[in-house]
Amino acid sequence: MLSSMPRVSIQAQDFNLADEIARLRSGDKRVGAVCSFIGTVRDRNIAPTPATLCAALPPEGAELAKGGPSLRSLACDAVLSMELEHYPGMTEKAIEAMIDEAAARFDIFAARVVHRIGLLQPLDQVVMVAVTSAHRGESFRACEFLMDYLKTQAPFWKKEQTPEGARWVDARVADDTALAKWGIGARNV
Amino acid sequence: MLVNIKYFASVREAIGMAGEARQTSSASLAALRDELIAAGPAYECLDRSRIVRMALNHVMSDESSQLTPGCEVAFFPPVTGG
Repeated sequence: MLSSMPRVSIQAQDFNLADEIARLRSGDKRVGAVCSFIGTVRDRNIAPTPATLCAALPPEGAELAKGGPSLRSLACDAVLSMELEHYPGMTEKAIEAMIDEAAARFDIFAARVVHRIGLLQPLDQVVMVAVTSAHRGESFRACEFLMDYLKTQAPFWKKEQTPEGARWVDARVADDTALAKWGIGARNV
Repeated sequence: MLVNIKYFASVREAIGMAGEARQTSSASLAALRDELIAAGPAYECLDRSRIVRMALNHVMSDESSQLTPGCEVAFFPPVTGG
């Protein structure tokens, strides 16, 4: 791992994949493969309201309470936000250890993980993993390994804001299954 | 001994604070968890019927982990990053 840039960044601000990869490659002529993954915020908890129903609702401007959102905007144009909490101090160490493990398992040159915290909106980028290697197989595998590991072992928690109120996102058993395929038995749920 | 305890996410909200310094004679994470559960209804979120994850000095740990003076312990729900 020759790269001198930080391997892990936990930050509120957005990131730029092209800039990150350019820094990760940093003129290293051994690199023949770069693999990256980006996770984004998706709106997964609101079933789309049928257009016919939206058309029947009071128009914009007919707010439910003075100064509040309209019924139409709540039902048909609902904006969901997501708050990401983490464990300062532990998060960085946990991901550093994951990158060490990836470097021990796969023939890679460099890896970088950026994870955002704070308030995010649908479509926002949440997480990025990028890996370089001589051949594609090692980068592909290391990238997937890092995401599978991070999903169940890095201390982040998502809280969604929905029109019905805030709720913590549930962890998924499928993510434990994904980690288990790498021979790691640690469970999250 | 004195241990520093941190709470995160839904556990933090249920207990009503982000952390506390606590004098304890508990030797393990399991014993500390039992002690907290017995300390009052605010700690019901740590009940054995719930999935609670733990860290000791910034490392994911299981209940058999032994506490040391001044250590940092954290209780939190399953993680949901990425």
